[in-house]
Amino acid sequence: MAATAIYSYAWLVPLALWVLLIAWSVLLLPVTAAVFVLLSRFSLFHPIQWISECTSLLTASSTIFSLVVLCGVVLITGLFNLEFYTLVPSIPCSRMALLGTVLHPRQCVHSLVYCTMGMLVMWCASVTIGGRYSTLGIPCRGSGFNNCIPVVTCLNEYHLFLLLAGAFMGYSHSFLGVVQNMYYVSFQPIQQYKYPRFKGCLPMVVKCSVIQSLYSARNFAALYFFFGYAPKTWISSTLHLQIDSSLQPLDSLTGLLDFSLLYHLTISGTFLYFTWYLTVLLFRIYVTEAYSFPVQSTFTEDAEQCLPKVLAETNTLVMKFFALQDLALLSQHSLSRRLEVFCLSQPGGHPHNWNAISRECLSLLSELTQRLVAHQDAVASNGRVKSQSASSDTRSASLSSSGKTPRLGVPLRTPGSVFKSSVGGVHSALTAPFTPDVDSPFSSPAIRRLVGQQEPRSPWFGTVQSPHIMRRGPKLWSASTGSSRFTVIPLHGLETPVNSCSCHTLNCSAQVKSFLAKRVLIVYLFNKLPEASSQALFADSQVHIWALQGLSHLVAASFSEDQFGVVQTTLPNILSCLVVLLEAVDRHFKLPHASSKPARAVCRMGDSTYKTLRFALRAALKTAIYKITTTFGEHLNAVNISTEHRKRLQQFLEFKE
Amino acid sequence: MRSAGAWRDAGLYGLLDEITNSAEEVPRFLAVGSACVLALLRWASSFHGSLFPHLTLSSDEMVAEFSQMLDWSDSALRSFAWHPHTDKFAVALLDDSIRIYKSNSSATPTLKHRCQRSVCALQWKPLCGSALAVACQSCLLIWHVDPTSLSTRPSSGCAQVLSHPGHSPITSIAWSPTGSLLVSASPVDTAMMVWDVAAESAVPLQRVGGGGVTYLSWSPDGSRLLAATPSALFRVWETRMWTCERWPCLKGSCQVRKLRKLSITVFELMYAFIYFFKLTFFSQTSWDPRGERLAVLLKVIAVFKTRSSPVFELLPCGFVMGEAGAEPRFMQFHPHFQHGALLTVCWSDGRISHVPFYFSSAGLLGGDSPQQALASNTADHSSNKLYTEQIS
Repeated sequence: MAATAIYSYAWLVPLALWVLLIAWSVLLLPVTAAVFVLLSRFSLFHPIQWISECTSLLTASSTIFSLVVLCGVVLITGLFNLEFYTLVPSIPCSRMALLGTVLHPRQCVHSLVYCTMGMLVMWCASVTIGGRYSTLGIPCRGSGFNNCIPVVTCLNEYHLFLLLAGAFMGYSHSFLGVVQNMYYVSFQPIQQYKYPRFKGCLPMVVKCSVIQSLYSARNFAALYFFFGYAPKTWISSTLHLQIDSSLQPLDSLTGLLDFSLLYHLTISGTFLYFTWYLTVLLFRIYVTEAYSFPVQSTFTEDAEQCLPKVLAETNTLVMKFFALQDLALLSQHSLSRRLEVFCLSQPGGHPHNWNAISRECLSLLSELTQRLVAHQDAVASNGRVKSQSASSDTRSASLSSSGKTPRLGVPLRTPGSVFKSSVGGVHSALTAPFTPDVDSPFSSPAIRRLVGQQEPRSPWFGTVQSPHIMRRGPKLWSASTGSSRFTVIPLHGLETPVNSCSCHTLNCSAQVKSFLAKRVLIVYLFNKLPEASSQALFADSQVHIWALQGLSHLVAASFSEDQFGVVQTTLPNILSCLVVLLEAVDRHFKLPHASSKPARAVCRMGDSTYKTLRFALRAALKTAIYKITTTFGEHLNAVNISTEHRKRLQQFLEFKE
Repeated sequence: MRSAGAWRDAGLYGLLDEITNSAEEVPRFLAVGSACVLALLRWASSFHGSLFPHLTLSSDEMVAEFSQMLDWSDSALRSFAWHPHTDKFAVALLDDSIRIYKSNSSATPTLKHRCQRSVCALQWKPLCGSALAVACQSCLLIWHVDPTSLSTRPSSGCAQVLSHPGHSPITSIAWSPTGSLLVSASPVDTAMMVWDVAAESAVPLQRVGGGGVTYLSWSPDGSRLLAATPSALFRVWETRMWTCERWPCLKGSCQVRKLRKLSITVFELMYAFIYFFKLTFFSQTSWDPRGERLAVLLKVIAVFKTRSSPVFELLPCGFVMGEAGAEPRFMQFHPHFQHGALLTVCWSDGRISHVPFYFSSAGLLGGDSPQQALASNTADHSSNKLYTEQIS
C-alpha cells in the first residue's frame, strides 16, 4: 500500500474504481455491440451475405457514432452506480415506505435519466438494425385525390415503438433497482481474483438480461396494445408527421404479432439490459475487492492507515467494511500478521493493537445486542398493551415504543452513498424516513404529505404500525364512535341508528363503502411486510459476521501463538459478550416471522443476500463460540465468567447447541 | 400436465422423450420435431460422452460409480459419517433414510425427506453440534438435528434444500474445517459449488478440463482443497484466493475402483504424496487423526503403523477381516479417539463394526505399546450386533 493518508485514500478509491470500471465497460462495449449486430441481422439462409453485411456495418460511421453515444450511456451508468450504491440495504417496512422510496425526488431523477438512456440505447439499436426501424420519419404518400400529391413525411411507428420500449425498460430498470435493491453490494463468501470472478458471473448476467428483456418485452407489448395510441398521436401532432393509414397500426393484435418485431425488441432489450448489468457487475467486483491494511507501522505518519485505526473509523463506512474484512482474513490466513496483532508496543509493553481491535469488535457486537434487546422490548411492550384492547392506550404505547426504539450506531445504519464522509445533509434527511430505522411511517412529514387526505386525529392514526391491530382493521374503525371500550362493535351496530333516516341511508352506506375501500387500500399500503423489521435489524450484519470471525479466530490462534498472554485479559469479556449476543439472537428468532426463510430468488440481478444475513449471523456466532470452546476446552473453567454464562458455554463444550 | 412433470423430473430430455412417446396424443409435427431434437441431442451427448465416458451413465450408475461406498447400489449402507467432535455418527440406509446414533443416548433420530434420494455422501459440519450435510441425487440437504431433542422423527422443516440447476447428482461434499463454507461436486458439472449455507447462495468455481468433479477433500488446516475429476487429472485449490493447480494423476486415474487392483508397492510410492498433503484423498485409504495408523481397504483391510519423524516409516501391522463372506465396503477413523485410534468399518452384509487400536502416541513415549483389540461398546449397531475382529 502506498503511503497515502487515509483521507486522500477515501477519495482515491472511488476515483480509481470509477476510472477502471469505465475503462472496462467501454472496452467491453464493442464486443457486445458486435454480438448485437450479428444477432440482429441474423439470417439463416444467407450466411455469407449476413457476415459481409455485418462486417461492413461494424465499420460504418453510423455504428461508430452509436458507439460513442453508448460510451456516454456507460459513463453515466457508472456515475449512477457510484452515487447510488450502498453496503447497507434500505429495507422498506411497509408498501407505503416502498412507494415513498420510489417517488422520492432522487429516485425520480434516476428514473428520468434511465428512461432517457434507454431511449438513447434503443435509438442506437434501431439505427444499427436499420431497415424499417432506422428513422422516425419516413416518406410516404399522403392521402390525396391524384397521383401528383407531393411525398410527405409520415411517422415511422416501428422506430417509435422501439424508442418507447427503451424508455419503458429504462424505467422498469430503475424501478426494479429500488424493489430488488439492485444497488446493494454484498460481499462474497470467498475471495477470488477479478478476472475469474467476472468470467464466472458473466453467464449469470447474460441469463438475467435475457430473462429481464423477455419480461419487459411482454409487459411493454401489453402496455402498447392498450395505450399505444396516445404517444403516437402526440408525437405525430407535435412533429407534424402524418400517420400512414395504409400500414397496419402497431397497437393492434395483428400489428404486435409480428415475429421479427418482437425478436428485434427482445434482442435490443437484452443488449440494453446487458450494458447496464455489466456495469453493475463490474462495479460490484471492483468495490468488493479485499484490501490489506498493515497491522502496525514503524513510521508515525503511516499510523493513520493501520488496521486498528481504520477499524475505529466511523466516518467512512466502506473503510470499516474493508478493515473488518481484512481482520477476518488475517485471522484465518496470515500467521505473520496475527503475530503482529499479539505483539507488545515498544517501549511500554502494552498490547495496543490487540486492545484496539478487540475493543472495536466488542463494541460492534454489544451494539448489535442492544439493538436486538431494544427491538424485543418494543415488540413485547406492544403485545402487552394490545392485550388490553384499548385503542387510545395502544396509540400512545406504540408511539412511545417506536420513539424509544433506540437507533444506536447511526453511522453504520445510514443508507446511501458511503463514500461521502458526512452522511447528513439533504439526502439522508429525506431518505431516512423511508428506511425502517424510523419505525413509525407517520413520524415522517414526507409520508404525511403523501397521505394528505388523512388527518392525524383519525382513529387508526398511530395504530397502523402494529400488524396485530391491522388485522382487526374493520373493527377498529368503530372506535371513531368515541368509545374505546367498544372496539369490537360490528359495523351494523353503527348503521342501525342511521337507518332511521331513509334519505341518509344510501348516502351513508356509500360513504362507508368508499371509506372502507380506501381503508383496504391503506391497510394494504401500511401493513407491515413480514420479516422486514427482522431484515432491517440485521441489515448491516456483514460487519458483525466479520467481527465474530476475526475475534474467534484470533482468540483460537492465541492459544498457541500469543506469547505474552495479551488475549487472556480480554477473554472473559469476549466470552460474555458472545454469550449475551447469543441469548439476544436466540430470543429474536423466537419472534414471529423472524425465522421464516425468504423465497429463493430466481434469476435476478438484485442481490438478496441481505434477506438471509440474520441466519448467517446466527451461524457465524455459534461457530465463533465453538471455535473458542473447542480450542480452549477444559481451560475455560479457569476463565472468570458468571455462572449462567459458564452453563451456556458448558453446552457448547458438550456440543449440545 | 405430464410434460410439465417430465420437465420437472428429467429436464429437457424427459420432456422430449415424453412428447415423442405419446405421438398419438400430440400434433404430428411436434412429435416429429421433438424426436429430431432428441436424436440431435443424443448424438451431441454421445460425442461428448466419448470424450468423457462417465457422462453416458445414468444418474444412479454415476452415483454408484463415484460413491465412496464400494458397490453402492446393492449395499445396505449407503454412507457413513462420524461427527468430528462427539461420539455420534450418521448412517444412510438403502431406503434413503438416515439414522443418527449417539454413544450415550438410546434415541436414534431417523431423517426422511422428500428430496432425500440416492444418498451418496454425508458430512457433519465442523464446529457445530447439529448440522449434517447430505448429498442427494437432485440436491443438497442440510439437516439441523437438535442434539438435545428426544424426537425420533425430525420434521422435514429442519432441513434446508440447496440446489443449483445442472448440479446433480452430487457425489461429494466437504465442509471447510472452520465450518463456514461447504463445497459440493457433481460428476456432470464442471463447476464445483462453494455454498454459503446460511445464505443458501452458491459461488460456482468452473474449470472445464476433466469433465466434472467427483471427489473433494480439505486439508486439515483448511488452506487447500483437493478436487478429483473423472479423468486423469485432479486439482489442488488454495483457499485464500481460490486459484488452482492441475496435477496429473499418478497411475492414470483417480478412480477408486482402479485402486483396488494396485499393489501395496504402489501405495508405498504414494505415501510421501499423501502425507505431504495430509489428505486421505483416495477414499479407501484412511489415516487416523494422529497420523500413526493407516488403513488400506483391499479385499481385507490392511493396517500399517506409520511414523513421520525422523524419517518416514511404514510398518505392516495387521489385517482386519470380517465374518465369512463379508467384504469391507467403507471405513473411517474416529476423529478423536482418546486411547489411540478407532476404525469403523461398514461391511457388505450391512454391519458396522468398530475396531479400536489402543496405543500410546509415539510422539509421547517414543514407541508403541502392544495393541489389543477389544469389543467396542461406544456405539450402536445398525443390525444390533456388535463384533470386532481380532487383529492378527
